[in-house]
Amino acid sequence: MRPEDILISTPSGICSKAGGFHIDPTRPVDRALITHGHSDHARAGHGAVLATQETLDIIRLRYGENFAGAVQAVRYGETVSFGDINVTFHPAGHVLGSAQICVERDGLRVVASGDYKDMRDPTCAPFELVPCDVFITEATFGLPVFRHGDPQHEIRRLLHSVALFPDRAHLVGAYSLGKAQRVIALLREAGYDKTIYLHGALEKITRYYEQRGIELGPLALVRGANKSELAGTITICPPSATQDLWTRRFPDPLACFASGWMRVRARARQGGIELPLVISDHADWPGLTNTVRATGASEVWVTHGQEDALVHWCKTQGFKARPLDIVGYGDEEETSEAEGE
Amino acid sequence: MNRFAELLDRLAYEPARNNKLRLIADYLRTTPDPERGWALAALTGALSFKYAKAGMIRALIAERTDETLFALSYDYVGDLSETVALMWPTPSSDISNFSFWSASEASEPGIQQPSLTSALDSGSGPSGRPGMTNETINAPSLSEIVEKLSTLGKAQLSAQLARWLDALDETGRWALLKLVTGGLRVGVSARLAKTAAASLGGKDPNEIEILWPGLAPPYERLFAWLEGRADKPTPQAGANFSPAMLAHALEEADLGALNPHDFAAEWKWDGIRVQAVAARREDGHIQTRLYSRTGEDISKSFPDLLETLRLPGALDGELLILRDGRLQTFNVLQQRLNRKTVNAKLLEEFPAHLRAYDLIAEDKEDLRALPFADRRKRLEQFVQRLRTPRVDLSPLVPFETWPQLVAARADPAHAGVGDDAAAVEGLMLKRRDAAYVPGRPKGLWWKWKRDPMVIDAVLMYAQRGHGKRSSYYSDYTFGVWTKAQNGDVLVPVGKAYFGFTDEELVQLDRFVRRNTIERFGPVREVEHSADKGLILEVAFEGLQRSTRHKSGIAMRFPRISRLRWDKPPREADRLETLEKMLAMGERRGAPTPLKPC
Repeated sequence: MRPEDILISTPSGICSKAGGFHIDPTRPVDRALITHGHSDHARAGHGAVLATQETLDIIRLRYGENFAGAVQAVRYGETVSFGDINVTFHPAGHVLGSAQICVERDGLRVVASGDYKDMRDPTCAPFELVPCDVFITEATFGLPVFRHGDPQHEIRRLLHSVALFPDRAHLVGAYSLGKAQRVIALLREAGYDKTIYLHGALEKITRYYEQRGIELGPLALVRGANKSELAGTITICPPSATQDLWTRRFPDPLACFASGWMRVRARARQGGIELPLVISDHADWPGLTNTVRATGASEVWVTHGQEDALVHWCKTQGFKARPLDIVGYGDEEETSEAEGE
Repeated sequence: MNRFAELLDRLAYEPARNNKLRLIADYLRTTPDPERGWALAALTGALSFKYAKAGMIRALIAERTDETLFALSYDYVGDLSETVALMWPTPSSDISNFSFWSASEASEPGIQQPSLTSALDSGSGPSGRPGMTNETINAPSLSEIVEKLSTLGKAQLSAQLARWLDALDETGRWALLKLVTGGLRVGVSARLAKTAAASLGGKDPNEIEILWPGLAPPYERLFAWLEGRADKPTPQAGANFSPAMLAHALEEADLGALNPHDFAAEWKWDGIRVQAVAARREDGHIQTRLYSRTGEDISKSFPDLLETLRLPGALDGELLILRDGRLQTFNVLQQRLNRKTVNAKLLEEFPAHLRAYDLIAEDKEDLRALPFADRRKRLEQFVQRLRTPRVDLSPLVPFETWPQLVAARADPAHAGVGDDAAAVEGLMLKRRDAAYVPGRPKGLWWKWKRDPMVIDAVLMYAQRGHGKRSSYYSDYTFGVWTKAQNGDVLVPVGKAYFGFTDEELVQLDRFVRRNTIERFGPVREVEHSADKGLILEVAFEGLQRSTRHKSGIAMRFPRISRLRWDKPPREADRLETLEKMLAMGERRGAPTPLKPC
């Protein structure tokens, strides 16, 4: 039994011929297993979709009721069989409902991580280490320059800035699924109890998080607020909104962006960001390398991101490693979801 | 150091002057001595460290990282200090965050969970990896770094640098490397830093400028005075700066309200305003200093001028380059500005010259209370006694009536300046009875600039602004026509981001959004063909050759003077027109601007 008898990579995603399914396919397929609800992983138009209940709910919020022919919810730890292939979903710690998918055949295990982080997140189940023979890892931040640090440190920087500029409105760009809610939860943990304002594009998903029991404190839509009352407040919005027409309703807006990319100054500057906040929902370099080691895998397949560096590292550490050329995974909302025009 | 690093980090991203001031003032207010004093020294450029070079930093990182990973990282980040700061291995970075991992409830029996928890969970913080704190306990203070660096020899520096890098966080390492290699580049001038310090005590920044030569880092006496805990430090005896008297802008229409007999007129020279001060010390030696308009000491850049100031006194005048008896344009002067040291070749090719127009003090006598007419007489005598070719008198422009002065302004070459017309920026009007009043008093001095040059250019690209303008496309790149193989094409000749009204900004922003043909990050390419597009009337102060621009020409001080919605792009100017302007004496030599606006 070779790993390739369980999973192979195709340009449109990872595929199990024997099990008759794809994982996070980037084009419509008969049967899709979906790791999490970000739009580059979860697309509409598949015949059947297997995912966690939260992921299915999130896809439904984004694409409507008829996003797939049939759906099946799976719990973390539950095993679903496709012939002699057994599949289990395990928490990935990335966003609410996110999962790694463990695919096993005759005792050989391949784990597809989807996107994951090994850092604490008050808004989703913590990452679970799944020992395996082959680990398929993401590499969004697969360079040693990416170390995300303590997110509470970044929250303190934000709150210090709000105190220093009480006449300005702080706009925090955050991906609408996951990051936005995590930033709110981190602000609450830091003791910030004032109303946090939301861009309309974040409303549905944020309310869904609350329905799932994640406490986010007092929230209000920017839509209903007048300009003067927004001075000294914090607003969470999609990243692209911090630079557009929409910001004109705020008094002297200060553009912040909560993202792992903010570690690199040129990235922040290109985006016109004045207060970059290094808060990421992806594993950083130590997170990736430690996880690869801890899985006990002897072989590593690297997908979307900085494959070169991580593959190189794996080889220097004695792992068998190769990049997977899958087209279509990117940064959630890197392209403008809400330009506001 | 980490706090100072946070300040630098924040300043590097903050475009607005007032916000920078608030950030610096907040830091100075909340940071104890001597730390804040060393920070002020760093921001004002008073610190320099000679040994740390890029090569040393490269060697340090090469010992600690995989060559391929470094190369890939450097390629991605694009800046050596930043790459090293980000990938510097720290003891904490190799420990993972597995302490909260729960064993999988559903993991199949027989598969062992690795026993990571016991080995790795000690010292885990509430929200991160063990040992991962941004306030490292052993992080050096800025004071410690500055003090050690001043005593360490080159041989010990590398190891010391490594120890500090181990103890600092990402931002701290970045700031340390920028500091020791001498390239803070956070968009803060010495003046801005002093202004922020002055705001601690609600003082005028000029007061700090006057005290500055007598102060040394870490400026504890300065802060004690600013915080009301001590008396004002006494200025050092010697060649001190006096805050300059400044002029208001004048339009031709304003002349009607003024009586020509009340005023004297001088040429407004296109150099930099300076104050040349010489004072006799107790030992009899003459101490000389050259200050910029805001009081920054620029003596080191102009030794050739300073050595000729043999009489104690304070001259107010224009610093220019005088070559073979002819005044050179500002473009030429720029070659000598902003250089900390000057070599013999530079001194020979760009001889500094002072064209004096006021005398603020003579020996120990303060002349500022005297009327202009009296100071002028004292100035004429002083310059004559000084007897150096490096200093001459800025001549008065004779006139009886305003029309005579209007004519002189329109054609300086024929109104007495001759070949030096290229260095004339306009006229100054000074009330004959006015005392020398620091600051910008109303009604005493007027500056009346020559009309700018104007061209019609086509809007090609627009970029979003910063801060309040972050949602507006407010920076415009414009071009003029030139001949190419397949007919006429537009070549960019400059960029402007002011000159328009708020209302025009809204119109421009709308135009850009509706006529975008391509996007490059924050930049949009706007429709610009012969028939479709927008002509911007661009005003500017001069032209110079530039190898950095595709057109080979760079504009000085360009701004949007009008939006020409009425003209199709085909009617915009051509590159040949600009070439002709450049050839005609790089602007000022031209008897009249080609197209007055």
